[in-house]
Amino acid sequence: MSTNKTVRMSANDVRVFYGDKEAIKGVSVDIMENEVIAFIGPSGCGKSTFLRCLNRMNDTIEGCRVEGEITLDGNNIYDSRMDPVLLRARVGMVFQRPNPFPKSIYENVAYGPRIHGLASSKRDLDEIVEVSLSKAGLWDEVKDRLMEPGTGLSGGQQQRLCIARTIAVSPEVILMDEPCSALDPIATATVEELIEELSSQFSIAIVTHSMQQAARVSNRTAYFHLGKLIEVGDTDEVFTKPKNELTEAYITGRFG
Amino acid sequence: MKKDGNVYGNHISQSFNEELAALKSRFLEMGGLVETQVLQAVKALTERDAELANLVRDEDKVVDRYEMKIDDAAIHILARRQPTARDLRLVVSIIKAVSDLERIGDESKKIAKLALQLVEGDKTPNGLTEIRHIGQHVATMLNGALEAFARLDVEKAVEIIKEDKNVDAEYKTASRSLMTYMMEDPRTISECMSVMWVFRALERVGDHACNLAEHIVYMVEGEDVRHTKIDQLNEQLKRLD
Ligand SMILES: Nc1ncnc2c1ncn2[C@@H]1O[C@H](COP(=O)(O)OP(=O)(O)OP(=O)(O)O)[C@@H](O)[C@H]1O
Ligand SMILES: [Mg+2]
Repeated sequence: MSTNKTVRMSANDVRVFYGDKEAIKGVSVDIMENEVIAFIGPSGCGKSTFLRCLNRMNDTIEGCRVEGEITLDGNNIYDSRMDPVLLRARVGMVFQRPNPFPKSIYENVAYGPRIHGLASSKRDLDEIVEVSLSKAGLWDEVKDRLMEPGTGLSGGQQQRLCIARTIAVSPEVILMDEPCSALDPIATATVEELIEELSSQFSIAIVTHSMQQAARVSNRTAYFHLGKLIEVGDTDEVFTKPKNELTEAYITGRFG
Repeated sequence: MKKDGNVYGNHISQSFNEELAALKSRFLEMGGLVETQVLQAVKALTERDAELANLVRDEDKVVDRYEMKIDDAAIHILARRQPTARDLRLVVSIIKAVSDLERIGDESKKIAKLALQLVEGDKTPNGLTEIRHIGQHVATMLNGALEAFARLDVEKAVEIIKEDKNVDAEYKTASRSLMTYMMEDPRTISECMSVMWVFRALERVGDHACNLAEHIVYMVEGEDVRHTKIDQLNEQLKRLD
């Protein structure tokens, strides 16, 4: 499925240290164009740490050091010429708890395009807001209340607002760290449906604790264990015929 | 998770372990019952035992109930546990294998009914030796398949898959010789046709035993070997090691 697509991001022997402690121990994996790749693994295995490397969110964590190479479209994202703010627009992130700014729904989406100078007029900006909210499947629900605070929306709506905010700056890759863990099954289904639609335009890397969610939304699944990438393969294969016993123990709910 | 250990029993959820164990053992019970049905049907026919034939006919209802119960338990596991990997392969294989067992049950019932017809005739029909022989052969295959299932024994399963063509050959030879009888003495045609149906039923039992063995290979190795030629089958399995 994903084998003859182009590589969008590539991690090569990535190691992450928190002080002396090595949290990611030499992980190499590619993220392809238009794919959804799921990162799964037991709590503390380093999924969030690894995800944060992909848009340099770890830069903001005291004592955190990243080694190895990560490229976006062939360019090293840790290169000194790479602007981290710009990088985070190209590689957007959606978090576990929806975290809209304490501003209007409109402002939540308009903020990014405005600071990145993506709109030359109010009209442009309005359009970006509408398109982003539509892509996030939220437009119809909020179009009459754009000036109301984003924090007044339901959890599922807030999460879609955060997704709209992320896609408003036209990223290439979207990182999602347990984006549905605070949502009910219906809101979860809506977000999952959205992930599928978005994958035609973006690459998506999603961390999830729900095996069923990984199985439902991803093309490939990567299993992490104690800071190492144990197995990565087509999701169909990983869930019916995993190659590694650690992967199998984890996805089948056995003692590892 | 070694293959010889209790590979379905080491989940963190104890009740999941129990559900899978119960599913497996109920399946094997049903297998044992069906195997008896085949042997008894053949015995009823070759020994012209109407009482035994009636028993086989009645027992088929029990086989059907097993099928429904096992399907129900399997669906329950799919819905509530959302099994993956080897657990998923076990449940799916059982759902498929159960329908093969049920069909073997049907073939046994068919043989029992033909036995009741043949008991009415006054002389021993032709082909009883062949029935005994093929009957024994397919019952052994079935027994082997169930054993392979219980032990997750892929090698044994492959043997059974290969065995099927021998049954097919025996079936052809037996049918041909029956054909000669019919040509020699047209008065035996109706009775020979009944025997022909028995051959056919037994040959089908062999096919279903072979299907069971194919499910076992999938269950253990995750490899679909249906519609695979024998020499390719060896290659396909060799690649796994
Ligand atoms: N800011 C930090 N400072 C020090 N150690 C950290 C920090 N963040 C994470 N760690 C450690 O790094 C390891 C990986 O943590 P990480 O949060 O990436 O795991 P995770 O796979 O996302 O877990 P979970 O599924 O619970 O979210 C853990 O041992 C954790 O304690
Ligand atoms: Mg995490």
